[in-house]
Amino acid sequence: MALKMVKGSIDRMFDKNLQDLVRGIRNHKEDEAKYISQCIDEIKQELKQDNIAVKANAVCKLTYLQMLGYDISWAAFNIIEVMSASKFTFKRIGYLAASQCFHEGTDVIMLTTNQIRKDLSSPSQYDTGVALTGLSCFVTPDLARDLANDIMTLMSHTKPYIRKKAVLIMYKVFLKYPESLRPAFPRLKEKLEDPDPGVQSAAVNVICELARRNPKNYLSLAPLFFKLMTSSTNNWVLIKIIKLFGALTPLEPRLGKKLIEPLTNLIHSTSAMSLLYECVNTVIAVLISLSSGMPNHSASIQLCVQKLRILIEDSDQNLKYLGLLAMSKILRTHPKSVQAHKDLVLQCLDDKDESIRLRALDLLYGMVSKKNLVEIVKKLMSHVDKAEGTTYRDELLTKIIDICSQCNYQHITNFQWYISVLVELTRLEGTRHGHLIAAQMLDVAIRVKAIRKFAVSQMSALLDSAHLVASSTQRNGICEVLYAAAWICGEFSEHLQEPQQTLEAMLRPKVTTLPGHIQAVYVQNVVKLYASILQQKEQAAEPEAAQDVTQLMVERLPQFVQSADLEVQERASCVLQLVKHIQKLQAKDVPVAEEVSALFAGELNPVAPKAQKKVPVPEGLDLDAWINEPPSDSESEDEKPKAIFHDEEQRHAKQRQPEAEEEELARRREARKQEQANNPFYIKSSPSPQKRYQDMPGVEHIPVVQIDLSVPLKVPGMPVSDQYVKLQEEREHRQRPEKDRRRRKKKDKDKRGKPRRHSSLHTESDEDIAPAQRVDIVTEEMPENALPSDEDDKDPNDPYRALDVDLDRPLADSERLPVQKHRNAETTKSPEKEDVPFVEKKIKKPRKKEKKHREKEREKKEKRKEEKEGEDFDFWLSTAPLPAAAPAPAPVRARESLERTLSPLPLREGARSPGERSEATRTRTETMSGTPRRLRSIRRRSPRRRRRRRDPRTRRSPRRSSLQVKRRQSPWRTARSLTSLSRPCPATASWPRTPTSR
Amino acid sequence: MIQFFLMVNKQGQTRLSKYYEHVEINKRTLLETEVIRSGLSRSNEQCSFIEFKDFKLIYRQYATLFIVVGVNDTENEMTIYEFIHNFVEVLDEYFSRVSELDIMFNLDKVHIILDEMVLNGCIVETNRARILAPLLILDKMSES
Repeated sequence: MALKMVKGSIDRMFDKNLQDLVRGIRNHKEDEAKYISQCIDEIKQELKQDNIAVKANAVCKLTYLQMLGYDISWAAFNIIEVMSASKFTFKRIGYLAASQCFHEGTDVIMLTTNQIRKDLSSPSQYDTGVALTGLSCFVTPDLARDLANDIMTLMSHTKPYIRKKAVLIMYKVFLKYPESLRPAFPRLKEKLEDPDPGVQSAAVNVICELARRNPKNYLSLAPLFFKLMTSSTNNWVLIKIIKLFGALTPLEPRLGKKLIEPLTNLIHSTSAMSLLYECVNTVIAVLISLSSGMPNHSASIQLCVQKLRILIEDSDQNLKYLGLLAMSKILRTHPKSVQAHKDLVLQCLDDKDESIRLRALDLLYGMVSKKNLVEIVKKLMSHVDKAEGTTYRDELLTKIIDICSQCNYQHITNFQWYISVLVELTRLEGTRHGHLIAAQMLDVAIRVKAIRKFAVSQMSALLDSAHLVASSTQRNGICEVLYAAAWICGEFSEHLQEPQQTLEAMLRPKVTTLPGHIQAVYVQNVVKLYASILQQKEQAAEPEAAQDVTQLMVERLPQFVQSADLEVQERASCVLQLVKHIQKLQAKDVPVAEEVSALFAGELNPVAPKAQKKVPVPEGLDLDAWINEPPSDSESEDEKPKAIFHDEEQRHAKQRQPEAEEEELARRREARKQEQANNPFYIKSSPSPQKRYQDMPGVEHIPVVQIDLSVPLKVPGMPVSDQYVKLQEEREHRQRPEKDRRRRKKKDKDKRGKPRRHSSLHTESDEDIAPAQRVDIVTEEMPENALPSDEDDKDPNDPYRALDVDLDRPLADSERLPVQKHRNAETTKSPEKEDVPFVEKKIKKPRKKEKKHREKEREKKEKRKEEKEGEDFDFWLSTAPLPAAAPAPAPVRARESLERTLSPLPLREGARSPGERSEATRTRTETMSGTPRRLRSIRRRSPRRRRRRRDPRTRRSPRRSSLQVKRRQSPWRTARSLTSLSRPCPATASWPRTPTSR
Repeated sequence: MIQFFLMVNKQGQTRLSKYYEHVEINKRTLLETEVIRSGLSRSNEQCSFIEFKDFKLIYRQYATLFIVVGVNDTENEMTIYEFIHNFVEVLDEYFSRVSELDIMFNLDKVHIILDEMVLNGCIVETNRARILAPLLILDKMSES
């Protein structure tokens, strides 16, 4: 029936409407593209006709094709034609197409300015509405500038329908034409107290978005919002306001104090999950911004955590997810209160939903302590084993490494355990994160001196079994660990038990299948190993053995010389020549070990990033002064003989020197920095090549604290990390009596001011477990004026920057919005205007003079009001919170009564507020499961009810909506029913419908 | 803020798309394919929120139709989740037991409904009667 209605008399005139097109596409499954191109040809023909109805139909079809991914920008002009149709039925099609395909780059868009202005001032609210809606999608800076004043006028339209839309469009206008913000703001602010809740909510929406980007300009509105928050019952608006407060509180801690109470009240009282979630989020934000001096501070946190626990324990996966998400926000500032719920989080790790498991992993990161680290990692390792997808497994792997390495390995008490965990992780197949493991191995081996011996033994075992790592799945990321293994074995070869065996392992032919950069490391470290073996043999006076090793090198190295990788080839060639030379010397019985080891003498020390800043610039050295004045650009272009050129340059230089002003210097400094950044030979703040794999910053001259190991180091072979759980327990046991002594020792250290590991987050119980090894380099030792991230984080291209303006400053004349100077369609009487109701006309066209005057008046008032408000704000903040039911008699009552009748979201039956609906939906899912089989509801409408629906004036009766069935369909259950939809459907008639429905 | 609103069926065919920030037409198709792929790969035991590039996706499935809303990170997921249901209820009321075909045949009207509910990426109206008012007037106009 509905179809027939659309298929009016005009529609019959042309051959194909949207329905025919849709049907046609469905019937031409095989040659869809061909059919569509045929249709486009037809549409092009239709667009050439003069009949606007035909054109509109064509544009309507184009909109559908555009949705399917066809470019329709060629029809932009025709779309504008349809937009300017006088009939609303056509006009809306034009605007729809425009909103779907126009954008800032569309050049014909400037032709629309006058048409849109005409529509905006049209007597029909729907003309205006459709123009506003369209505009929101394709407004350009030009349109925004030209139409800003018109839209601003519409913000005071008599119809709330228009006001609401105009208010929202203003946000886009502000973005495109930031100059409009200040002139329009007073009116926008007015709309916050609009009698219509819809308009109010729109204004809240806009100010929320604005305030989120530049919160400080909107602080003065806080009292107003506070009033709204305590008086509004509309959950959608409440959510927005609460979100806004979340953005404001970091700037004004006093505001936070004021907010805590109403927010906790809301948390207690609301049944809407979305509102609860928003409240919890904002309370968290408030508490973060507050100093810890709040009396009921921990009470609020406890409340939040409790509520979140309820969410997480819920069977609804969505709530569970959100609960974990919010929990991770609390974790950042109040780890202790979250740690109490470790059981819950660990439980979530077993959840069926991957995204929930990932959220739980995030939480775990902050929950570890020295005590539970081993246990948590053990649990994670078991998950790694059974994880099905590689992405999730990779995520687990990175999380394990993150958890262990956080805060400079703060929680690791036993690095042997950690190395074993890393080695175990190398057995993962097909992970992309081999380089992460490698980086950790290198970092730990370099920085924890005491662990080197153990690390080397593990790494040599790894090299021995390299075939397992490298060959199982070729070219996978895990072979990166061999990079670390080879380097560690080479660099710390003095710790190797069986250097010769490792050397042979590294020279296996199989090695040549590894990626080039790893082979290069192999070659380099083979020499280090070789050097230490030579020394060993010569000390033991075994010249034959030494010669054998050399022979081995000479035999095996050529396989690297043939490598296709340039780096490998070059290194191998050098090394081969060196070894051959050594061989000759050895033949003459010359001791060579000393000299060969001298190649690798000295220890490699890690350096902190930006350590360069620690080096003071010697006095009298001006880094910005030219050593040789460079030729200026113009001169270098001259083609004069060199001698003359030289002379001139010097003369120029003399003249120029006094001119070098501050500005010039700054510019040069910048240029120099640029140059340095691009110069590979300049020692930059980035880590040295040896340290490339090391994440942790450090400084070389930190005194190294050597600690005696409380655990024997001789653990042969590949250990299983589990054994350390037991070991740790034992050690804890043993350490207890030593506790006091260690405390004293620690105090001493404090006195000496030696940098220790960061311990601000340690709990008392954590201190009891002393680490077995120490990390040498600490993060905190950064140069004073250097930060790990020195870059300015503000993006200069941020569109919201332009909106960062002072809104309280009175408006200057020059800032006024451009008002159209020429008479245009607005003032020429169109025939439609005859029947405009008197009131509307009056509102729409206030005489300019009058308007200006009025605005000035308003502005003055506003100014006064704002000045007052500025003072008031401080006063408001310093006083106790207003009683929630602050008597604001007349307006509030008026609003309430309006809300009762008009509210877009009355808290009555029909449109429930968000959370309640969710509750209803959920309970409904449980009770109704199995009943609804299709997207269509099971409700049947009586003809009487149907008639009512068509009448816009009738409100739904409570009875009716109680009949409504809320579904949350299980996709699998219903999948069957609608699959029939996708088969070709010859006509709508064949589409089964209950006879009563249409 | 809502970034885009999509209705996609299980075969990956777009049934409705609305972008509140301009996206190139060829990028749209790409985005839609990726979005539906990430939606289809999930079972109904999984939650309805997906982290996708720099926005969050909130989806609900009704029979073979997925409704996917992309929002930026400041939006409250739960609100959008309920908004989707609200939208379907409105469709259901207007088309009286809406089906995929209704949406295809009356794309322009579905757009009107959506435009009444969401403007500029903000939810503006949730009252069913008010959302449908302009549409019913339009129907009357074309009838007469």
